[in-house]
Amino acid sequence: MKTLEELMAIRDKAKANMTDRDGNGDSIRIVVGMATCGIAAGARPVLNAFVEEVAKRNLKNVTVAQTGCIGMCQYEPIVEVFEPGKEKVTYVKMNAEKVPKVVADHIVNGNPVFDYTVGAIVKD
Amino acid sequence: MRELSLNVLDVAQNSISAGASLIEIEILRDTAEHKLFIGIYDNGCGMTEEQTRQVMDPFFTTRTTRKVGMGIPLFKLAAEQTGGSLEIESEVGKGTRVKTVFNTDSIDFTPLGDINSTIITLITMNTDRDFIYTFGIDNKKFILSTSELKSILGGVPLSEPEVAAWIKDYIEEQTENICGGVIIENT
Repeated sequence: MKTLEELMAIRDKAKANMTDRDGNGDSIRIVVGMATCGIAAGARPVLNAFVEEVAKRNLKNVTVAQTGCIGMCQYEPIVEVFEPGKEKVTYVKMNAEKVPKVVADHIVNGNPVFDYTVGAIVKD
Repeated sequence: MRELSLNVLDVAQNSISAGASLIEIEILRDTAEHKLFIGIYDNGCGMTEEQTRQVMDPFFTTRTTRKVGMGIPLFKLAAEQTGGSLEIESEVGKGTRVKTVFNTDSIDFTPLGDINSTIITLITMNTDRDFIYTFGIDNKKFILSTSELKSILGGVPLSEPEVAAWIKDYIEEQTENICGGVIIENT
């Protein structure tokens, strides 16, 4: 049974750790398209997989956010990764299974997964 | 949409775009009457009568002026194909109420699907908004209000992974309690 006491304990622990996160300006942004086209194509599990993967790896400098229609509805679910000082990387036709690889290779190690990007798919 | 819960996520995104500070989502099941009621109510910017008519028509909406695009027509179709209905009440400056009725015994009824995932996504991705989620079957229901959670959390965001995990488990537990541990067919 989930209790409010448990939630309070989580709060106290989180408050103690929160200072770690402040002042971290160089953050990577992972943005998932969540308009009708994205949602219909399966963006919800993709978004949740990114949130879970980032939490699991305890990545402090990464934010996962949502946006509207990116404008290439046929390639949804689309995910854009913004890294400070680097060009944006656009992943298309994403699914939850591809997420751990993107997080491991790109977000953690800085090597975009080319096979999943718009550049690789549109050329085909 | 493969699940009605995805339509709920889609329509609730419109409430967020409409600047709503409070979004209420209501899922009520009447097993004896074979009905499912889904309501999404917000206090966003609202729409004029003309706009409200336009959002029902997938071919009238244009990208530059659109407020909801295909979202509402798809949701309406999902309801009407079961013999149910979708209604929108909206007032500029007050907000919008989307109310749907589904006949769950229709062969064309789309399953509700993973509604918990929709609710968690909305709550944790939009921590600056408040949500009231009601889930009920017959005379049993539970209500989750994020403003109550926020008052307990005192500044710790709802998106904090451990908090999000707690909310997820809580919703699952409460939903199970209501369903009495029995998975209701088709939902």
